[in-house]
Amino acid sequence: MPTPPKPRDARRRNAREVRRGNAREVRRGNARDVRNARDVRDALVGVGRAVRLVLLLALALVFLIPFYLLVRNGLSSEADITSPEWTFFPRELHWSNVSELFDDPNVPMAHALLNSSLIAVLTTVGTLLLASLAGYGLARIPYAYANVVFYWILGTLMVPAAVTFVPSFVLVSSLGWVSTLRGLVVPTLFSAVAAFIFRQYFLGFPRELEDAARVDGLGYWRTYWRVVVPNSRPVFAAVGTIVFIGAWNSFLWPLVIGQDRDTWTVQVALSTFTTAQTVNLHELFVAAAVSIVPLLVVFLVLQRHIVAGVERTGIDD
Amino acid sequence: MRGTFVRRLLGPQNRHLWFWIFVGPFVLGLTLFTYVPLAWSVYLSFFDAHNTVSPTEFVGFDNYTAMLGDDAFTGSLVTFLVFTAFIVPATYALSLALALMVNRLRWAQAFFRSVFFLPVACSYVVAALIWKMSIFNGVRFGLANTVLDWFGADQIAWLSTTDPPWYWLVIVTVRLWLQAGFYMVLFLAGLQRISPRLYEAAAVDGARPGWQVFRHITFPQLRATSVAVVLLLVINAFQAFDEFYNLLSDSRGYPPYARPPLVYLYYTALGQGQNLGLGSAGAVILALIIAVVTVVQARWFGLGRKED
Repeated sequence: MPTPPKPRDARRRNAREVRRGNAREVRRGNARDVRNARDVRDALVGVGRAVRLVLLLALALVFLIPFYLLVRNGLSSEADITSPEWTFFPRELHWSNVSELFDDPNVPMAHALLNSSLIAVLTTVGTLLLASLAGYGLARIPYAYANVVFYWILGTLMVPAAVTFVPSFVLVSSLGWVSTLRGLVVPTLFSAVAAFIFRQYFLGFPRELEDAARVDGLGYWRTYWRVVVPNSRPVFAAVGTIVFIGAWNSFLWPLVIGQDRDTWTVQVALSTFTTAQTVNLHELFVAAAVSIVPLLVVFLVLQRHIVAGVERTGIDD
Repeated sequence: MRGTFVRRLLGPQNRHLWFWIFVGPFVLGLTLFTYVPLAWSVYLSFFDAHNTVSPTEFVGFDNYTAMLGDDAFTGSLVTFLVFTAFIVPATYALSLALALMVNRLRWAQAFFRSVFFLPVACSYVVAALIWKMSIFNGVRFGLANTVLDWFGADQIAWLSTTDPPWYWLVIVTVRLWLQAGFYMVLFLAGLQRISPRLYEAAAVDGARPGWQVFRHITFPQLRATSVAVVLLLVINAFQAFDEFYNLLSDSRGYPPYARPPLVYLYYTALGQGQNLGLGSAGAVILALIIAVVTVVQARWFGLGRKED
């Protein structure tokens, strides 16, 4: 026979019930608060997202304005560029500006474009070859003094290239290389940054691939060319584009060394425009627009590699 | 037998030889085109060398005292310190803000990243040209003055007034536009390396998304990236040449204000001055300053310490 619950027990159970009920109430209340808070937060996040998007769009517009001005002015007549009544679109498009630029005997634009292309291609190929070999040697060929050599290379990073332009000019001119293609290209081929990037990359290159090549009887040289290089295309593309952009855009060194008109690069030619007494604005702008076309093509084709390459250069590790 | 000798000589076990075959050409070139000019420059800076690259007369420290006593040169050092103090925080803040905003986009991320990165493909010469001839033109047709006109404000001669120094705005915005995208990509890479677990842990601990999470998680986790970005920004600022040269020089010559050291050295060594001894002394002084600043900064940030 079941024992009837003692009154004390009943009281206790009652109290427990009440407490549980309270707890349930409290929990329900909490949940309501949390839900409200979450709604508020979601609303805030939504507003934040909208603000962010508007801000980004505005900034993107600001970032694109200079490119727009370049094209707008390049295709305008002189009168449209200098008109005080500025209009978003030029009154008429002057595609003839392009042919006028290349026909102008005072501006060696075609020659400058040729020089710049030659310099950029030679610098890129040379830098990739020299720096990748050095980077691989430093990363993968065991040698007692490898670290000493590495610090010798890193040391030049401390000396910014632009500071050495006076002594480099002294050296290049005593070699008789002023106003020559050699003088413009050769001293720029030894990029410590590029060698550093390649070294970091090859340190992380999977050893298994090389071991397989080694088992097949390949030496360092053939392992490098047949196994390592074909499997490292992204880093070559990334470093190559960065070097190409740098070579195409460089100004100080070509200004110092390219003293004859025949060795002017595009940047030097453009610069003589801006410092000239009278300026042919429409020609100047179309020249500037033409000068960035090769880079935009390179950039659009290889954009993914550039960004990936910058991201994995390891300079921020 | 000759065959085996060659094979032994060129075999992979001969590591010294192979190391130097790979690394040798690069180290040789680097030595020839960086260390040799540096040494030569130090040597030349103790000599009188007018219009010539070979030293003529030993003058001791005269070139150095002349350079350091030259108001134009010390003024140029001040210019680049002020320029650095402006451009480094500005670029740091803008590129970090861009990275944070672009990183949280769910769509069109590639589009925005490309737009902000695009100026990297533009040269300082071209950018200076757009800024000088189209945006901040002192005469009526400049875009900035057109916009001022819409608001009824007076026109400003952007590049030729020193009081107030409007040319400063021109110089700083050019560089901001050109380099912010590059550093944004570095920050994006840094942001992507932060473990999502940290954010989950922060959410569990009740950190409010936004400022709190940024201050206690994102920003500390970006430390390594920040150090690299600041170092690169400072080094690049010290090398400012292209935009100063193209924005501020014209057919009449060069205004005395806003002259960074490299532009001054260019004029001293290779311009009308043609004084390579003096120019070398200036280059040595500048290289020393940059080296000291870099080392101090690296120490300050604890770069190279193995703690993390």
